[in-house]
Amino acid sequence: MSDFDRSSGTDLGADADSADSDPFGDADPAIRLDDVSLSLGGHSILDAVSVDVGEGTFVGLIGPNGAGKTTLLRTLNGALAPDEGSVRVVGEDVHALSSKAASRLVATVPQTTSVTFDFPVRDVVEMGRTPHRGRFDGWRERDTAAVDDAMRRTAVESLADRPVTEVSGGERQRVLIARALAQETPVLLLDEPTASLDINHQVRTLELVSDLVADGTTAVAAIHDLNLAAHYCDALVLLSGGRILSAGDPAAVLSEEHLREAFDAEAVVSRHPVTGSVYVTALPPSSDDANGRVHVVGGGGTGARALHLLSAAGYALSAGALNEGDTDAEAARRVGADLVTVPPYSPVDDAARAAVESRVEAADVTVVADVEVGDGNLANLGAAAEADRLVLVEERPFSERNYAGDDGFAVYERLRERGTIVEPGDLLSVVGELACDSFRERDAGGDGTGDGETGPGDADAGANDAESTHDDAVGDDTAADLFSD
Amino acid sequence: MSVRTRATTWSLGLSGLLLLVVVVSAGIGAVTIPPRTVAAILADAVPIPVGVSLGGATVLPLVGSVPTPTLEFVSPFAFSVPRPARIIVLSVRLPRILLAALVGFALATAGTVMQGFFRNPMADPSIVGVSSGAAVGAVATIVLSLSIPFGLEGAAFVSAVVTAFVVYLLASENGRTPVATLLLAGVAIQTFLGAVISFLLLQSGESLRQVVFWLMGHLAGATWSEVGMLALVLPLPFVVLLVHARDLNVLLLGEEDAHALGIEVERTKQLLLATASVVTAAAVSVSGVIGFVGLVVPHMLRLLVGPDHRVLLPASALAGASFLVATDTVARSGGAEIPVGVVTAAVGAPFFLYLLRTREVRSP
Repeated sequence: MSDFDRSSGTDLGADADSADSDPFGDADPAIRLDDVSLSLGGHSILDAVSVDVGEGTFVGLIGPNGAGKTTLLRTLNGALAPDEGSVRVVGEDVHALSSKAASRLVATVPQTTSVTFDFPVRDVVEMGRTPHRGRFDGWRERDTAAVDDAMRRTAVESLADRPVTEVSGGERQRVLIARALAQETPVLLLDEPTASLDINHQVRTLELVSDLVADGTTAVAAIHDLNLAAHYCDALVLLSGGRILSAGDPAAVLSEEHLREAFDAEAVVSRHPVTGSVYVTALPPSSDDANGRVHVVGGGGTGARALHLLSAAGYALSAGALNEGDTDAEAARRVGADLVTVPPYSPVDDAARAAVESRVEAADVTVVADVEVGDGNLANLGAAAEADRLVLVEERPFSERNYAGDDGFAVYERLRERGTIVEPGDLLSVVGELACDSFRERDAGGDGTGDGETGPGDADAGANDAESTHDDAVGDDTAADLFSD
Repeated sequence: MSVRTRATTWSLGLSGLLLLVVVVSAGIGAVTIPPRTVAAILADAVPIPVGVSLGGATVLPLVGSVPTPTLEFVSPFAFSVPRPARIIVLSVRLPRILLAALVGFALATAGTVMQGFFRNPMADPSIVGVSSGAAVGAVATIVLSLSIPFGLEGAAFVSAVVTAFVVYLLASENGRTPVATLLLAGVAIQTFLGAVISFLLLQSGESLRQVVFWLMGHLAGATWSEVGMLALVLPLPFVVLLVHARDLNVLLLGEEDAHALGIEVERTKQLLLATASVVTAAAVSVSGVIGFVGLVVPHMLRLLVGPDHRVLLPASALAGASFLVATDTVARSGGAEIPVGVVTAAVGAPFFLYLLRTREVRSP
């Protein structure tokens, strides 16, 4: 982290360059924001923002709505002048330059553009040459070369003669990028380049920007999708309330603590199993527990339906233990359940079983889905057998889904004795009934701890469990080692 | 085809059309004159320079005495044309036809620029209150029998330009002029001036007929001096607009984008607005409020030549000239003179609706 703390600002991606190309260590970074503050209509939008961006870096600008991302981009391209501080692009103060000169340094790909006059695509790209042409200049060879090159890189050549009003959203986005490329600027700004695109075009757009960055362009993009930002950007800047909350390596910026502070949302940060990038999963606001707490034992997708139903009905949920990557584990994360996981293909070990038992104990009702039972997850059923109020969802006879032999039958028989057996369609009403019983018992017994167990801290507990699956130590509640790799 | 080629081709073609319309129109009236005769009269009337002679001498300060170059003209065609026909065409019909051409040219130019500037299909030359301003000036002059230098036209022109400027000031804040605010300020001022005009009408008494006639838009009684005045005023602003056609194209992408592409947005907007207002004011001050030319003609031409203002602006201007000459010919060829504004609206509105229904007209 110390690399980023040069002077008071933040230094993104400039380290290598300054070491190589400038022996004195004071080469102009591609972008230098120095203490930039800006108010609009009496509201402070940017508050003392300082950041350096090195040449050839792809910086993602993230933050909640209204954090100042777009304003920061508009300050960078000269559209808004800061009240205090300065914005330098390759050493030049963009607000001291004419609009034309600034547009030779910074190109902007807008989020939406009002291209409502049906100019042919090629004409729109040619407008990117505006900053390079004098009023009475003709069209030159190098203008043609720049436009051809921009259209080739963005693969919009085949659209050249189509009216820009008639191409698809993804194509139009590429046309706008081509227009910005035709400006031949060292710095490229993109405002939500993926906002209105389908997943294929999101990826293609960001791949394109990455390629440009690899060729030396410096790119700054406001990106809503944290996971896309984490995957494609060299560095992230997290804005919140007009201030930089964190800046630097995506893994460092996207911590659960930062996300909570900036977005006021609970989120789980993990590594994406395929790409290895930092992966953020947002959780819904934790339930107020008014309806009670339910633990769901599932696996392989058998519990997903119950989780969604119960979540929609307002129950606070826990689930597990599940293998990391299991369909039900994803479902549990999506509904914000307090999840106990074990690594892929690992059996439920003693630590995990203990974690499940504690959740079963805390729950008003425990639901066992129509799950296939093997030696690996038999411990879940054992833990469920301790439940005060138990519901078994049966769609298939147990014999068809028992791979744990006689042990399996023995444990399940215990469950059947203690629990209520329901068809999937009856689950909600039965759980509701049992939860009411639980509440009555609690009131009668004067046991007031139930509410305290399920405060806002529950989602944290779930998050910690999810993190801890990385080092196989259930119960480890420190987040710091997530980024130790 | 390059833009330059397209602009030239369209301009030449539409100039040809304009010439044709002028010749045909000049033959239409109480006395019908065959187009061939009209062509002969026009050809005769155009002086053709054949050489330069250095005659006389001009004394310039610092330089001393310099021979003055003088152009020599001849009329090479000595067509035999009946004298009455020559007088009817040159003295009666041609001033009116040329004035119609110039006014149409001006209104279509300003309409094209305003529609692009506002990115709004309903924008027309008078959107920032120019026409209402001109009307107030003209009506006040008539009703109050004011005697002002340059008379009616001068008063109309000045009040038109002042109105546009006031609207601009009202819509500006901190050096920025959002077009939406400008549009609303224009509407508000137009409404207010409409009230002023109505009040003046109540006071008009004897001059009511004259006032109403002016308000409806008219080209009757056009004089060569009015033609000369417009011909003198229009070229410079038109060239300024033509030179900024590329900037206007970029402005169509939106101000934010235009700025990102190196356009000095506010300065360009000021210039376009001021120039288009002067063009409109010049036209309106000699002809009164002629509607629909500045609205319909740019739309039609955009369908034909596309949205690029480097082609659209000259094409629209020339087509506007032909359109107004043609409609004014209709206006004056009936039994009784109809104000041309009535004809343009009667022809233009249904045509515009046709375009609208066939979805040919899109929001700019």
